[in-house]
Amino acid sequence: MKKKKAKLRKRVIIAVVFAAILVLIATFSGVLAPNDPYATNSELIRQAPSAAYLFGTDNLGRCVFSRVLIGARTTIASTFFLVAVSFLIGIVVGMLCGFYGGIVDDILMRIADLMLAFPQMVVAIAVAGILGGGLGGAMIALGITMWTSFARLARSHTLSIKNEPYITAARLQGKSGLQIMMTHIMPNILEPVLINALTQIGTTMIGISGLSFLGLGVVAPQAEWGSMISEARAYIQIAPWAVLFPAAATVITIVVFNYLGDAVMEYRNAE
Amino acid sequence: MKKQIAKRIAELIVILIVLSFLTFLLMYLAPGDPAEKRLSSQGVAVTKEVLQAEQERMGLLRPFMVRYGEWFGGILHGDWGVSFKDDMPVAPKLAAGLKNTTILALASLIISLIVSVPLGIASAVKKNSILDHIVRLLSFIGNALPNFLISVLLMYFLCIQLNLFPVVASGSVQGLCLPALSLAIPMAGRFTRQIRTETMEQLEQEYVTGLRTRGVREKDILIHNVFHNASGHIFTIVALQIGTLMGGSVVIETIFRWPGIGKLVMDSINARDYPTIMGFVLIMGTIYVVINFISDVLYHVLDPRV
Repeated sequence: MKKKKAKLRKRVIIAVVFAAILVLIATFSGVLAPNDPYATNSELIRQAPSAAYLFGTDNLGRCVFSRVLIGARTTIASTFFLVAVSFLIGIVVGMLCGFYGGIVDDILMRIADLMLAFPQMVVAIAVAGILGGGLGGAMIALGITMWTSFARLARSHTLSIKNEPYITAARLQGKSGLQIMMTHIMPNILEPVLINALTQIGTTMIGISGLSFLGLGVVAPQAEWGSMISEARAYIQIAPWAVLFPAAATVITIVVFNYLGDAVMEYRNAE
Repeated sequence: MKKQIAKRIAELIVILIVLSFLTFLLMYLAPGDPAEKRLSSQGVAVTKEVLQAEQERMGLLRPFMVRYGEWFGGILHGDWGVSFKDDMPVAPKLAAGLKNTTILALASLIISLIVSVPLGIASAVKKNSILDHIVRLLSFIGNALPNFLISVLLMYFLCIQLNLFPVVASGSVQGLCLPALSLAIPMAGRFTRQIRTETMEQLEQEYVTGLRTRGVREKDILIHNVFHNASGHIFTIVALQIGTLMGGSVVIETIFRWPGIGKLVMDSINARDYPTIMGFVLIMGTIYVVINFISDVLYHVLDPRV
């Protein structure tokens, strides 16, 4: 049993290292990029990969390598931001619902049920389409349904601990509901909700780059992998590198974060 | 049981009415004026009078609840409104699109089940073998690939490099292969994982040990008992993927120009054709809710303990 645990721990560490590398690349992409990702050059259109342009150039003569690096920042930052906001809204709503119950709980949970009753990507496409594109619109479109899973999880964990003796003790000491939630409930429900956040990162990335691919996410010329692939697929015959490198970046990133989510979950389940 | 089903159906109807209301509200709140968009796309100079006349004609100036009531009443009578884009009725367009999307969805479901059922069972039986590791790795990667990426890669390697398929699908059987495959690959990854887990759970049950001690052949146990018992869950597993399949088909149909409802909605989004978008959301929402309902009921029917 101990041996298995050690093995799982090793997996978590490997996954964290890879994810950290990706986050670092995204953070310092401005410094790492060898060329200006937005500089167009009519003399260097669709150049094959070379020493100066590691991943070649695209239809406008922009450096694909630099754009992939900057795109990492767009994708990873917007995903983290969206997951974090959904996490915060979800944990606050879930805790309030679980702790106080009553009519507010009924209404908020009905809304959450309703959100879960619709296919996420269909809602996202309709909402993002109506908001008229833009990264902000895409994030709102995905966030509308995303917070619900956090809220439900936070609520059920709050319900399971709210009658524990230490909560009753805190109540008898005369602590307010807010104090109890902040000092006693929050620390105890944080872990499962955080793990849920980890497992959502991969799907959120797929969602954001999918919407961008459809033209409902980032607006040109901002570099983002989905929209880069979408633009470059028109001339994939002539310059396949302009599609294949952002594609590889997308797959690697999603695989790493999915692996991280799986590894952490298995590690926790083993306890 | 009957009482429970009746209650669920009542809930279902409420959910659908709320869905229709939210859909309408969304279009109502949407930024951008469809009348203006329409006029400018026709090349008409948008003056205040022309705009107002067009808004009047499209029925945009009446109060919200009146418009919602009219729209919803129309839906019930099969009149889903006329397209803002070309003044054609929306319902036949949606029906034609839905037919093509259903063909695509069924094809991809069949492909992914054909692949994932044997692989899932085999990797559960031969747990931790090389086969199991390969299957798990592939299903993990398949699950991590966004639809649009798979289709662009398939297009590049199969159409352009190997010249096996036409690039534009346009409704033919041959053209169905690539879009169906693009939808099937990530789905097969998820199915395989779930079927593997399901089969492993079945194999640990006591009845399997019982059958083994009675000398029933392993192959017979697998086919007659384990698969039979696990197959009840296949509908549930498929139902869980319907939402992803719907979202995916929008992307895939747009890429391969498959004339389904997803391509229709993308065209409508670009033209701010609200009646068509509303119809799309309503249809997809209804199918999703109904399939989940059926899967729930089936689950209870198949397993009376729950």
